[in-house]
Amino acid sequence: MSAVNASPNGTPKVGVYVCHCGINIAGVIDVTKVVEFAKTLPNVTVAQEYKFMCSDPGQELIQKDLKDGKIDRVVVASCSPLMHEPTFRRAMAACGGNPFLFQMANIREHVSWVNKEKGSATEKAKALVAAAVRRVVFHKPLQKTQVPVNSDVLIVGGGISGIHAALTMADAGRKVYLVEREPTIGGHMAKFDKTFPTLDCSACILTPKMSQVRAHPNITLWTYSEVAEIEGYVGNFKARVRRKPKYVDEGLCVGCLECIEACIFKKGKFKDEFNVGLSLRKPIYVPFPQATPLVAVIDPETCAFFRTGKCKQTCAEVCERKAIDFNQKEEIKEINVGAIILATGFKTFDASRIARYGYGKYPTVYTSLEVERLVNAAGPTGGEVLLPNGQKPKAVGIVHCVGSRDEKTNRYCSRVCCMYSLKLAHLIHERTGAEVYNFYIDMRTPGKGYEEFYDRLMKENVHFIRGRVAEVSDWAMTPEEEGKLVIRAEDTLVGAVRRIPVDMVVLSVGLEPQPDADEVRRRFNISCSTEGWFLERHPKLAPVSTFTDGIFLAGACQGPKDIPDCVAQAGAAAAEALAMIDRGHVELEPNTAFVTEEFCSGCKTCVPLCPYSAISFDTSKNKAVVNGALCKGCGTCVAACPSGALQQNLFTDEEIFNEIEGVVKYV
Amino acid sequence: MSKPKVGFYWCASCGGCEEAVVDLAEGILDVVAAVDIVFWPVALDFKRSDVEALVDGELAVCFINGAIRSSEQCEMVELLRRKAKAVIAFGSCAQLGGIPGLANESSRAAVMDEAYKHAPSVDKGNTVEPIPHITVPEGKLELPVLWETVKTLDQVIDVDYYLPGCPPPVELIGNALKAILSGQLPPKGTVLAPDIALCEHCDRRETKPDKLSVKQFKRPHLTAVDPKECLLAQGLLCLGPVTRDGCGSPCIKANMPCTGCLGPTSNVRDYGAKALSAIASTAGANDEKEMEKILAGIVDPVGTFYRYSLPASFLHRRYQPTARGGK
Repeated sequence: MSAVNASPNGTPKVGVYVCHCGINIAGVIDVTKVVEFAKTLPNVTVAQEYKFMCSDPGQELIQKDLKDGKIDRVVVASCSPLMHEPTFRRAMAACGGNPFLFQMANIREHVSWVNKEKGSATEKAKALVAAAVRRVVFHKPLQKTQVPVNSDVLIVGGGISGIHAALTMADAGRKVYLVEREPTIGGHMAKFDKTFPTLDCSACILTPKMSQVRAHPNITLWTYSEVAEIEGYVGNFKARVRRKPKYVDEGLCVGCLECIEACIFKKGKFKDEFNVGLSLRKPIYVPFPQATPLVAVIDPETCAFFRTGKCKQTCAEVCERKAIDFNQKEEIKEINVGAIILATGFKTFDASRIARYGYGKYPTVYTSLEVERLVNAAGPTGGEVLLPNGQKPKAVGIVHCVGSRDEKTNRYCSRVCCMYSLKLAHLIHERTGAEVYNFYIDMRTPGKGYEEFYDRLMKENVHFIRGRVAEVSDWAMTPEEEGKLVIRAEDTLVGAVRRIPVDMVVLSVGLEPQPDADEVRRRFNISCSTEGWFLERHPKLAPVSTFTDGIFLAGACQGPKDIPDCVAQAGAAAAEALAMIDRGHVELEPNTAFVTEEFCSGCKTCVPLCPYSAISFDTSKNKAVVNGALCKGCGTCVAACPSGALQQNLFTDEEIFNEIEGVVKYV
Repeated sequence: MSKPKVGFYWCASCGGCEEAVVDLAEGILDVVAAVDIVFWPVALDFKRSDVEALVDGELAVCFINGAIRSSEQCEMVELLRRKAKAVIAFGSCAQLGGIPGLANESSRAAVMDEAYKHAPSVDKGNTVEPIPHITVPEGKLELPVLWETVKTLDQVIDVDYYLPGCPPPVELIGNALKAILSGQLPPKGTVLAPDIALCEHCDRRETKPDKLSVKQFKRPHLTAVDPKECLLAQGLLCLGPVTRDGCGSPCIKANMPCTGCLGPTSNVRDYGAKALSAIASTAGANDEKEMEKILAGIVDPVGTFYRYSLPASFLHRRYQPTARGGK
């Protein structure tokens, strides 16, 4: 064990700078006393105070002393290192000092903001300064490393967010791999009829972008595919993408759809996923007429050939281009990319979880997504709002906040439901002339043109009842209610319970994370919120970055949002990824773990612990190896290493124990 | 030229360390030929006065085994420190506190109570306890006082080198003696054993999986142990990864997990904390509940992880609100 305060290179000269931070620190701590105390500490050659250390004149104080050779190490006692550690490190580097011979003592957040008693606050500040001085002596002059960045990018998810990010990146000249799980890109937006508040046709604005993706020379589009594995680190990811067989050769199929016509099933027999089960499809199908790529897919679960081996294969017979290939196998593609944008979207809330709303029990209770398909001209009813009996509804109730703002399901507001409910109210009213009742808790219409749209709906004689719906039932209490569904809710504006008989109920389901979001976030090594939304690095200042460098977020996988927000975020994610790629290299902080081989016994304790897969085992040497480019400096391995062979730069045992001793000895 | 003078002494220990010296077998003859043993209470008849008669620094080296937990032991080691040029803490107890150090889990009162009142070998209702002073017709008699807290040798006197182990392996003792006789000693404070963990030379090393995930910790006497496979991989709590190499792993060769007697490598300050941290890291739990279940399989965590090193740990002992340990 080394002697206390021994310096690795000669006698260290520590400069201590105590900041007033206006009155933030000086209002509570006697700064002069802390400076006088610092002067008495071993190795301290300069100790002074200043009003704002982070200001230019403050930084110049440090730079002058460094240049004059009075100091070679710096302790700044001020705020949290999260704020200004980079500032002071830069200041040191700018005048030739090593930026890592620096330590901050946080006497603002840790002292003056939480201790109001002047005497004890000053004492605590002294202890923290003593700790920092004692520690900084052991700091080593570390260097940042640079790693070149691969300029290709992987975008996961082909909804509007993924599409927009892909086009932005591709237009900037980057090579983009766009991976989509479904047979077509387009995501949820492709299912909508109109978009709020402008009521422009969803397909009309989306499908041109879809075709652009298909045609763009810089975009490789892989639909019906999933990312199976990610390795590597910022600038240098390696992805393995699993391409499921469509049993139709994408290069040969021209989308003439004759195979579908020729299928031995004369009519659709299986639930059509794209129409959320409201229509039936054949085993060979395209999701919708503008599917991109427009390539037929054979579903082996329902195809007679795959199920029984006996089929005349009429689809293959009819295909002139011989695109149908029953022997197609799953393919694994390996690609190298520098950045990844996750745009994996959301799923809608499963309305059957709230039994009292009768979804699944009453055939005339629909989810909003089903109604989107009903009102869509390309949908199962050709845009007519028709009940299962073929009639148009005369009265429709729209129930807001289904699976949102609810202690029992999801506490958060799904942000889009109020607006899409208004849109559906408008469309239903327009198409059927029905009386439409909106049951809402609060109307949430913040957004450009949104409140105006709400106003417009009120003028269109759509009814608004403020109250959470208690129940949807077919239990009639009056003759008018016979044969109808009755929505029971407390009208909180009137202060009475109301029963509204309707022919059709629309449940405005909220947005939830994808069912496999947790799996995906593990695969990509990012965090998620308690609800399961992917977690951004900072809610305000880094909304599209994640805690894993080089991985960015776009769209609703990060949290519920509407199309304009998705597109804005996708653009931001693309811009951040571009900025990172165009720098040409990434700088890696040196606070990484390292193995001292002579002490490593090859016990492998560390290997499975690394959350970033930065540790591998060299079997020929029988030693653990840390990949410094992958290491994030979390210290997990260092804590676990049973023989102290793993240490971490800036957090060596020596540095930490001396810091602790600095506090303890002072106390 | 006279031969260098050597002393051996024992404090709170079991005698195993003395056995280890004898285990040098015919090698002891070389030692006797090379040095003069001037003090070795367990084997030869010397008195304290013989030691007192030595000039300060006259002993070339003194090997002291056992932890320090009484006033007499303290006096003796202070005396030996004065007389010896070099002091070697010999064995786990002197180095780290050893098995007697586990008394630091209790108070002195509880230890005395157990030994003089509740132990099965004590007559029921016994109230006789040792007292430090008594006057008898012949004069005043004094007994050593048992301390509240067991200490390592270097918490009481300055120590030059350490020979780890319970007891120290014969090979390490031999090497140490050779180094002393040839005057080729490493820097002061060195532990005279390889500075790497036991896994380095373990015969079962190849069978340890890269990603170990223990679902259940098993106890050796309740388990059919595979003689070839890594013991940790079998769920046996083997402390080999945390423990210094140098013993030739006789326990592991005998199908018993390492209990950690050679202590930590030089980079580890608190053996038990490291052992706990490393072993807990191998527990393959998916949630807190499962983790609790797996860790419940570790019977007596302090006795397991700090079996030989509680007094040398950061905490030294169980917290006592009033009594401060030591002299």
